Amino acid sequence: MNLRRLFALAYKETLQIWRDPRSLAIALLMPLMQMAILGYGVSLDIKHVPLCVYDQENSQQSRGLVQDFVSSGWFSISRRLEREADIRDAMDRGSCNAAIVVPVNFSRTLAMNGTAPVQAIFDATDVNTTNIALGYAQGAMAQASREFVTGWAAAHGTQPSLVGQINLEPNTWFNETLDSRNFIIPGVVAVILALVGAQLTSLTISREWERGTMEQLISTPVTALEVMLGKLTPYFMIGLIDAGFCLAVAIFWFHVPFRGNVITLFTTTMLFLIVVLGIGYLISVRIRSQLGASQVALLVTMLPTNLLSGYTFPIDQMPAAIQALTLVVYARYYVTILRGVFLKGSSLTDLWMPIVGLSVYALLIIWLAARAFHKRIN
Amino acid sequence: MTSGEITVGNPVRTDVDKTSAPSAPVTVRAHGLSKSFGALKAVNNVDFTVTAGEIFGLVGPDGAGKTTIMRMLAGVLSADTGDIEVDGVDVTADPEQAKLHLSYMPQRFGLYEDLTVAENIFFYGELFSVSRTDRLVRSQALLKAAGLADFQKRLAGQLSGGMKQKLGLICALIHTPRVLLLDEPTTGVDPVSRREFWGILYNLRESGVTIILSTAYMDEAERCSRLALLHAGEIRYCDTPARLKATMPGVLLAIISSNPRALREALTGQTGILGVLLMGDRVHVRVDDPAQRIPEIRASLANHHVEITSIEQVVPGIEDVFVALLGSEETA
Repeated sequence: MNLRRLFALAYKETLQIWRDPRSLAIALLMPLMQMAILGYGVSLDIKHVPLCVYDQENSQQSRGLVQDFVSSGWFSISRRLEREADIRDAMDRGSCNAAIVVPVNFSRTLAMNGTAPVQAIFDATDVNTTNIALGYAQGAMAQASREFVTGWAAAHGTQPSLVGQINLEPNTWFNETLDSRNFIIPGVVAVILALVGAQLTSLTISREWERGTMEQLISTPVTALEVMLGKLTPYFMIGLIDAGFCLAVAIFWFHVPFRGNVITLFTTTMLFLIVVLGIGYLISVRIRSQLGASQVALLVTMLPTNLLSGYTFPIDQMPAAIQALTLVVYARYYVTILRGVFLKGSSLTDLWMPIVGLSVYALLIIWLAARAFHKRIN
Repeated sequence: MTSGEITVGNPVRTDVDKTSAPSAPVTVRAHGLSKSFGALKAVNNVDFTVTAGEIFGLVGPDGAGKTTIMRMLAGVLSADTGDIEVDGVDVTADPEQAKLHLSYMPQRFGLYEDLTVAENIFFYGELFSVSRTDRLVRSQALLKAAGLADFQKRLAGQLSGGMKQKLGLICALIHTPRVLLLDEPTTGVDPVSRREFWGILYNLRESGVTIILSTAYMDEAERCSRLALLHAGEIRYCDTPARLKATMPGVLLAIISSNPRALREALTGQTGILGVLLMGDRVHVRVDDPAQRIPEIRASLANHHVEITSIEQVVPGIEDVFVALLGSEETA
């Protein structure tokens, strides 16, 4: 390998990237945009579930109960109803996904029996949302009953614990606020880098064929390995900048807690970039039109990274055969690594398994890519 | 060593006398070269030998196999059968070694249009590991010879067709190739640029560089040391332009007429007329025996009411030879 030829190629490629400001802007701005769209758009949390309230009693206590729903943040009142029949109507119109019905003798029943039924109705057409909303509703109810018990105890001059109240205090680790965004954003970074990385390099060889510059290039003593490394180097730099952007947005904009160290993040990100850029390059070698190469790159990276990387759908809940299939989805290793580094502060040694997976992948891709390009027209 | 012996050792498949085989050291030799694309035999069993300091021209109609041969010589297209030797290196076995000593300019502009003239030159200089001093000295001299000295900062994509070809030549010459391969280098190039282009080629030949070029221009073919006339993937004739002209059967007459088409119509098929070729305002007529045929032609044209200004015997150009030789093959 001749370093001088490698540098010449890298320099030439850099000049070409620099002379094409639109592509450069796309390469640098696309990840940021995707970060914003996916970061805000993909969240498993449901906030402000539209809630209809049919408060038949309208007492201080019943209003307090409704207030507990609202102040939880998960619900917002969309309508106050006067008749039971309106519930069905409101659900049909889609003006609420949940309704609570407070019975007319709510506070009296509560005072007499120490418990009172409250009806909650959910529109279960979207099962996922309903399950989550149901959980929130139970949370709000628990809060309300705690307040009631505390109030009752104070009124009777006893300690709340003496009335035999049992409180379950769930303790969550690593994502204390149970914010699904903290879990998803690191995955979003991995998905974006996989998409953008393959796009960046998918054009590099096909462009030379399409513009007619390849024939003269392959008539020189330059080797296939020099072509590969020379062309990948500038895109590796762009990939690092993109990764920096995405990770910075994750940390400083979305406030995903970052507990690991930067060196672990940097090393593993470089490893991942080698894989994604190498895959784009492989596609570029195989497909000689720019449009075709870019389409294939999108197709090959989009679906597997979205569905099988574990970034939205947990891998351990997939059928065994699909779980085995995720082993070839390189993004899954990086998703695991990023979550570990971000949320658990994992070190390189903690992450040895996904790192080995990614390294094997990188070696395989580089080996294939180095062999794929032939200095021949046919 | 006589030239005849070399020919025996390196059979050149031509239908022409082979005594022109060169005695200088051989730098490019193709032997039994064939290439097919599917059912199409693009190049069929081609042999030729080119020595240092020659300008060897591949001439033939579109689809004759010129570009395919060039690509195989450059080592960018593999041959189906046969072998190529460039400067003692077997191109088919070790194309990368051969590439150190050759420069290839493809038919389609092969440089980077989004790079400047100077950047393209720098890039190709680096690929051939040319030292900085050599690159500067050579590029200055070449840019000056090509009339491009004032355009170094211009993007290659913004050059005219002729300037692009000259830049291609400069990039091909920024290292010191022993063999220069040019595929239709002056197609779409204005006459002034073509003259400058050929000026550079003659200088190169003086310094011992072997030049192989393909061309569709007959006047350009005339400037070559030797020519291979290609037809349907085969070399039909291979010799110096002068000898090729000598092999042309018959004698050439130039007839000037106000109605050359009617003239061609009247004479085609007449006894003793070997070929009729329109050349602008005149018609080239090839005959077996001028003394006998000129009066016959006059009579026949008078019969057909075609007026003529003059009839005279002329020295054939390469185009006449080309049409005569390949045309007679068609009918044979």
